[in-house]
This record gives sequence, C-alpha cells and structure tokens, in this order.
Amino acid sequence: MQDLESFRAETRAWLEENCPASMRTPMPEDEVVWGGRNAEFKNPDSKVWLDRMADKGWTTPTWPAEYGGGGLSKAESMVLAEEMQRIKARPPLVSFGISMLGPVLLEMATHEQKLEHIPKIVRGEIRWCQGYSEPGAGSDLAGLGTKAILDGDEYVINGSKIWTSYADKADWIFCLVRTDFEAPKHSGISFILFDMASPGVTTKPIKLISGNSVFCETFFDNVRVPAGNVVGRLNDGWTIAKRLLQHERTMISGFGLSSGRNNRGGLADSLAQTAMSYRGDTGKLSDPALRDQIAQFMIDSEAFSLTSQRSAQEAKQSKGPNATSSMLKNYGCELNKRRYELALKAAGTQALGWESLTEDGSDFSARELDTTRQWLRSKGNSIEGGTYEVQLNVIAKRVLGLPDMTSMVASNKK
Amino acid sequence: MSLVLNEDQLMLQESARDFCREKATVAVLRKLRDEKDPRGFSDELWQAMVGLGWAGMAIPEAYGGFEFGYSGLGIVLEETGRTLVPTPLVSTVLLCATAINLAGSDAQKGELLPKVAAGEAVLAFALEEGALHRPSNIALGAEKTADGYTLNGHKVFVLDAHVAEHFVVVARSSDPTDSEDGISLFVVDAATPGISVQQLNMVDNRNAGNVRFDNVKVPADALMGAEGQGRAALERTLDIGRIGLAAEMLGGVQEVFERIVDYLQQRTQFGVQIGAFQALQHRAAIMYSEIELCRSLVRKALLELDRGDDAEDIPALASMCKAKLSEVYELVSNEGIQMHGGIGMTDEFDIGFFIKRARVAQQTLGDASYHRDRYASLRGF
Repeated sequence: MQDLESFRAETRAWLEENCPASMRTPMPEDEVVWGGRNAEFKNPDSKVWLDRMADKGWTTPTWPAEYGGGGLSKAESMVLAEEMQRIKARPPLVSFGISMLGPVLLEMATHEQKLEHIPKIVRGEIRWCQGYSEPGAGSDLAGLGTKAILDGDEYVINGSKIWTSYADKADWIFCLVRTDFEAPKHSGISFILFDMASPGVTTKPIKLISGNSVFCETFFDNVRVPAGNVVGRLNDGWTIAKRLLQHERTMISGFGLSSGRNNRGGLADSLAQTAMSYRGDTGKLSDPALRDQIAQFMIDSEAFSLTSQRSAQEAKQSKGPNATSSMLKNYGCELNKRRYELALKAAGTQALGWESLTEDGSDFSARELDTTRQWLRSKGNSIEGGTYEVQLNVIAKRVLGLPDMTSMVASNKK
Repeated sequence: MSLVLNEDQLMLQESARDFCREKATVAVLRKLRDEKDPRGFSDELWQAMVGLGWAGMAIPEAYGGFEFGYSGLGIVLEETGRTLVPTPLVSTVLLCATAINLAGSDAQKGELLPKVAAGEAVLAFALEEGALHRPSNIALGAEKTADGYTLNGHKVFVLDAHVAEHFVVVARSSDPTDSEDGISLFVVDAATPGISVQQLNMVDNRNAGNVRFDNVKVPADALMGAEGQGRAALERTLDIGRIGLAAEMLGGVQEVFERIVDYLQQRTQFGVQIGAFQALQHRAAIMYSEIELCRSLVRKALLELDRGDDAEDIPALASMCKAKLSEVYELVSNEGIQMHGGIGMTDEFDIGFFIKRARVAQQTLGDASYHRDRYASLRGF
C-alpha cells in the first residue's frame, strides 16, 4: 500500500508536468488520436502528449515493459487512470491495436510476432483494422469465404471484407481467412496479419445513413503475405477470433457508459437539462411522460455502470473477459440507442436538422447537428461486433445453458 | 469498494440458503395459508432464525445485536425472498428496529432493541394512510397534552399489525397534512386503550392490518427524537426499508428465473426442449441481463448503508433499487407463469405464490413510478 501511495504521488507529479493544458479539455471527435503512418494531429499538443505517454508505455499501462508497455500492475494502472481522470486528461491514443488486437497477440502470438507488432501499437505507429465480416458472412461469421492458399512460403489471399472500420486509413489488417476448404466451417479458418499497402489491396468507403463513412468494403486480389504472419496455429483462427470478439464487445459496451469518450458535451449527456431548456422549464420537467422515461433511462445507466464495475471485479478474481461481456455489450448498446432517442425527444425538431445553412449556426447549432448524426450512428451499435440477437443467443447458450438451436439447424443442413 | 461478496458474506449466504431450502420452504407458506394460521408466521421457525442471529444482524452490539451490517441483513432477506417464508424480518427488524436505532432515546433503544435481537418482540411500523405509498401525506394527529400526547387517526396496510406488541407510529404534530414538516414518531404499546386492529387477508398471505387510533393517550417518553422533527429519521428508515425490501425481491426474482430456466431445459414439445426456441431464449436472456443490473444495484446500496456517516446518495440508491426491482419482479413473475404454460396457472404449482408476493412487495414502500418520480426530483428534474 505504501508503494502504491508513493506511485500515486510520482504519477500525479509526472502528469502535472507532462500533460499539456489543452489535453485536459473535453476532446472533440476530430482531435481523437488514432495514430498510424499518416496520423493527423489537428492539435499539435496531441502529438506531444502521445509521445510522452508512449515513452513511459502508458498508452498501454498494463502491457509488459519488454514489448514497450507500461509494465504496471492492475492496481497501479487503476491509480494512473484515477490520476488521469482527476485532471481530466484525454486518452493519448485510441486504437483497435490497443483495444482488440494487442491483448490477443500478448496472449497467443509468438515472441517474435510480439516484438514486431506490440511496440508499434504502444507508440501509435501502426494503425490496425479488422477484417472479419464479409458480404456473405455477417452474423454467421464462420461462413466466411476469403481464401488464403499457400504458394511457397507465402499465402495468396483472394476475397473481400465488408464493414471494415477505417480500412481506408489503416496501415495493417488482422484478418480471418479460410485455409482449409474441406474441414467443418469453424475448423478451417486462420488468423493472419498483413500490410494494407500490399499490392492487390483496395478499399472503398461506404456512406452511412449518418452521412459519415467510417466503414469500408475491402478487396483482396492475389495479395501475397508471408506464411509466418499467421497468429496461433494454422486453421485454429476461430479460437483467436472469438477471444478478440470478447475484447471488442467489452469495448463497445463502454458506449453505454455516460463517462469516457462518449461524453461529447452534446445534448445527450444531460438529457433532463436539455429537455427542460427546450421547454423553458425551471425546477421540474413539464412533460411527465418524458420525465419518467428519462428517469428510467438514468436508473438503468447507473445500474449498468455498477454492473460493469462488478463484472470487472469478478473478472479480476477469475480469468479475463467472461460470458458477461455479451450481456454488457448488448445492454450498453441498447442504452446508447435509448439515450439518443431521448435526446431527440428532448430537443424536438431542433435535433432533426441535417446541416446548417447559416454561418453562425442560428438555424441549427453544432451540438444539435452532432446529436442528430450520433442518433443515426447509434443504430449500428446493436449490429456491429455481433448483432443484438446473436448476443442473446450467446447468453442463452453459454450463460443459461439452453440448447443451441443454431447448431441444430447447421447440423440438419449437413 | 467491492461489489462482490467477501468470504464472511458468502458463508452467511450459504448458511441462510441451506436453512431456507431445508426448513423455510414455500411449503411452509402454503401450509400457513391453508391452515389459516392465526399468527401468519411460524414462531418455531422464527425462533430458529433468531438463533442464527438474523434478528440482530443490523443492531449494535451494545443493544444485543451482532453488527453484521445491512449487507448481512440484505443477504438474509434475499434468501427468505427465494422461498417466500413469512417472518417479522421486514416489520420488526428492517423497519422498526432501524427507526428506533436512528431516532429512539437511549431508554427506548435499551428496552426494545435487545428484545428484537432476542426474538422476544414483534413490532409494526404504522405509516400508510391510503392505498398508495405517500409518506409526505400524513394526517394521523398527535396532540400535545399535559403529560404526553393523544393520537387520533387511521393507518392501513401495517405489516404484522395484529401480532405486534408495539407500534412505531408516524404522526403529525403540527403543520398541514401535506407538509414535509411537523412529523413526529412514537413508540406505542399495542395494548394501549383506543387502538383497534383489523386484520387484512392479503393476496401474498403475509400479515397486514388496518389500525385505528381513537384518543390513544401515550406518555411524553413515547416520542422518538424531537417533536415535529421526525422527517429525517423517517426518510432514512424508509430508504433502508426500500433497500432491504429490494434485497428480498432480488431473491424472489432470481428464484423465479432459475425455475424458468430449469423448466425450459426439462419441458419437451415438438420433439425438442422448449429452451431451444429462440422466442423463449431471447426473453430469458433479456431477463438475465436485467437481473444482473438488479444485483449490482442492491449490492451497491447495501454497501453504502454500511458506510454509516460516509454513505453517499442513499435516497437515490433506494429509489433506484425499488424502482428497478419492482419493474423486474413484475417482468420475471409474469414470465414465470407464461413460460410454465398451463401448469403455471395452477394453485398446486408454486410459481403463483411468487407473482402474488411480487405485486405486494412492489407496492410496499412505493412502486416503480413513485420511485422514478422521486429519483427525478432528487436528480434535479
């Protein structure tokens, strides 16, 4: 405990000295640092902050120092998080490398693979994207058809992926490919890493209902990848894929928390105050039905946040992400969707503008327009990372031990 | 602060669960109902629970209790909620002992708390005056006299009223009926002339009664705390009561849910276990998720209660617990019947006892809409 207190004092002093003032303010979406070869730093302080944190390995506090991580204990990393929270420090780096790929590589990759990839994730030098879903393989992910055929000491990859988040901005991809065409569908998949700059890789952004294009279609035309880039055993990629999905769900469930990155300073952060101000109410929200719905939403949010804490405490006592991750993912997504539906109700037609036609935003403010776009964006929460319905299947089967109808259907087809 | 049970709490949970499953089963409630038991609970069973320390769980050691805290009492309530066994835990231990401990004089505490801990007294909390929980709307009057007070008014739905030796009475000593102020609490001997109890036969078969106070003369030392200043202690007592009741409801919710999942695995139709059907799987998975939220809320609220003076946000936590548990117990008890099909509608099958208890527990100390309204006010809207 003594050590932890001195660690806290040192950390506090270091942060005080090294966290630039502008990195202690709320983070607009366009100042989020994703890293990569073509990293953009709209605010130059972001680069300073990233480098200082990366030098200490504190972009990934609990990863082993051997690979550039912070080497902190769980308790120390909690202290670091609390001290960062205390000064409202921004996360220096946000990436799929940190939240999804890194934990899986640390668990399952070879020492050489870790040495090659982990330090670059820690420093934000390489930006990763995820090659999972395909046009014909969504909820039935294991039905994927992208082929990798061994030719000498290289795999030749052909096929396409869809819903690849930020593929057009990513440097490398972690990708599921079929390497055995005879085996049952779950047993012929491998997990492979390759450079998006390889000849034969093309990406095409997909325009969404929100007007944004965070997802891409990604095409592979005779892409040659060294055979050593397979992670884990050949044809055992499904095991890794599932492990990684648990990390992804844990990340997405964070969308339901009212803190953290989701705290955008928008109308949805303070639903009750928003609703009251658009109605000219003081003291009490005048629409009793909306008041009840907001109260119900807030109670569920607080209960959800406590459940995330409890789940983390239970996970610490057992072994990493557990079956609760499906439940948290689902609940978090539904909460986020409810949050934005309520934001729309709170602000009436002012939350239904598409864009401003004035220079000063006198028709629609930036906050209002952002709320509208985020509302549309939120509809994807219960589709990405495994749909709401698939997660309910997972809970029913793995947590409740109910019979697996989907495998009955699959075995009937065979 | 950990939301996971520690070693001691796990041991308590296990022993309480074993006791309820062996001795205090749903069959006990059924028998009491069928035999129209005049006391409405088994005194023998209650004394066995007292022997396990349940009655003194949250009472200070100085007054004969065990100081195991509200987390301990919550665990016990949760287990009794699983088997629906009627006990004076809610009326006597959760509500009255709490109120006396918070607001009572040393003499009142010294007289009554050791008796509660030893299982020697049943106490009843006389609060409600209408069909709905309205603690800020108290009309029962307490008029000051030369040597004490005279109580006049009518209380309804008083838990364990007809077997209580004492009442804790919420009365108005000044200010208009709907005022937050002017509330006084009294400890009144049930044998005082002018008190009449009319027993109620409730759907959940737990004891309750309406109590009339007709020129009931009580001595000055029956007053708990200062005259007209009872609101704070009342609110805290109610919040503790709501959290404890939510713990009991959590037990019922989990029990019904486990029975549902068992049935989905056993019952076969169309040649498969009905648990293979997605229409049922998804509803079960949704219930599971809601129950996980309930568990976190109740655990958090109990933990906070045990932090004593450092406790944070108790009123909001109490309202969150009671609102959420009321909602989820309604959902799960309804599904309990629906998912069991026709057998769920029979009296012979136990699931009906749970839906009956659920509805009474939902109304007790405020239902979901009462507490969402209160929560909204507490959060400033």
